[in-house]
Amino acid sequence: MGAISETTDATFEQDVLSSDKPVLVDFWAGWCVPCRQVAPILEEIYAEHGERLEIRKLDTDANPATTARYGITGIPTLNVYVGGEVVKTIVGAKPKRMLLKELEDYIGA
Amino acid sequence: MTDQNSPADDVREVIIIGSGPAGYTAAVYAARASLRPLLFEGAITAGGALMTTTEVENFPGFPTGIMGPDLMEAMRAQAERFGTELITDDVVSVDLTAADGIKTVVDGEGTAHRARTVILAMGSAYRQLGLPDEQRLSGHGVSWCATCDGFFFRDQDIAVVGGGDSAVEEATFLTKFARTVTIVHRRDELRASKIMADRAHSNDKIRFAWNSTVEAIHGADKLTGITLRDTVTGETRELPVTGLFIAIGHDPRNELVKGVVDLDDAGYVVVQGRSTRTNIEGVFACGDLVDHTYRQAITAAGSGCAAALDAEHYLAR
Repeated sequence: MGAISETTDATFEQDVLSSDKPVLVDFWAGWCVPCRQVAPILEEIYAEHGERLEIRKLDTDANPATTARYGITGIPTLNVYVGGEVVKTIVGAKPKRMLLKELEDYIGA
Repeated sequence: MTDQNSPADDVREVIIIGSGPAGYTAAVYAARASLRPLLFEGAITAGGALMTTTEVENFPGFPTGIMGPDLMEAMRAQAERFGTELITDDVVSVDLTAADGIKTVVDGEGTAHRARTVILAMGSAYRQLGLPDEQRLSGHGVSWCATCDGFFFRDQDIAVVGGGDSAVEEATFLTKFARTVTIVHRRDELRASKIMADRAHSNDKIRFAWNSTVEAIHGADKLTGITLRDTVTGETRELPVTGLFIAIGHDPRNELVKGVVDLDDAGYVVVQGRSTRTNIEGVFACGDLVDHTYRQAITAAGSGCAAALDAEHYLAR
């Protein structure tokens, strides 16, 4: 599956909104310590469940348009997109077990 | 990891729960005493409260200051250098009172780890206002992490609730981004240290709402304002803000040991005299979990050192 790729203002439509798989987008920034703590957990979830759930990360500092469009004012925020719509929002770093539970609709039981 | 494999059914000398300055310092001392400590850092809270602070200016030995996360990285590396085994997971339950004196600590995967002594260093958690809309608007204007989220409030009017060092540090930091920062405090003067308070008073972006508590939080999808209640007159007024940072203090994270280890009325673990001994033999406590007075990185580190020495003494009996 490889590591989680970046998405950007320029590629968000193609990477996320037009995807035929559910996509989790990790809104993060370099100065955000909780973001650094949740990043390796997301990599693990991607390695285990990437077949069903695509995961992308978006640097909020470099991509202000998408960040503003989704009203992100707290990071990490994890948004799940299905068919171009936000179907789930998780705010703040959480342990893997809790994330898996929150995401169970999109990764299968 | 050191020279030996340690299966989970092995009985260790010491298990440390928590990874702030107290936990890491206890680990440095215990590891140097060849007690091969196992330290649970927490699944998401590794490094503790200092991980979301900015500059720490009052930790001795760093005359030009050090960033909180950098300080914790350094303590962690020092603990690891002497052979501390670090586990990035939460502890979900403990059994501290078995008849044979062996303590059992169960991690998030369900694995049981056993040791002759346990050092409790779980620290404290952010206190919430307890308002119904606080969670709903969390991440949509309501925040507990100024260093994470301040950037999103550029040129906006925001508020910080609290009057201690954390609140004033956050307010000062947030003036880098915000147009105005209103400090909402229930008393008529700051509780913060003088240097921090002076800095806030001389910052022309910072306003004060004295004798005020947050009565309500407003906003459909995102925060649009808060209602303040005057604690003297009882009158309420609206404050239009798009950001609200909550820094009203911390509560000790005692959930693991509640009902087993003696706690005081405020929920802090009670220790005997100037030691770190709890009411249970072989169980020691340190850091913010025991301290409602000083609550500094350096006092937490000091008590972590004391806990390791107390544990070493207990094991040598």
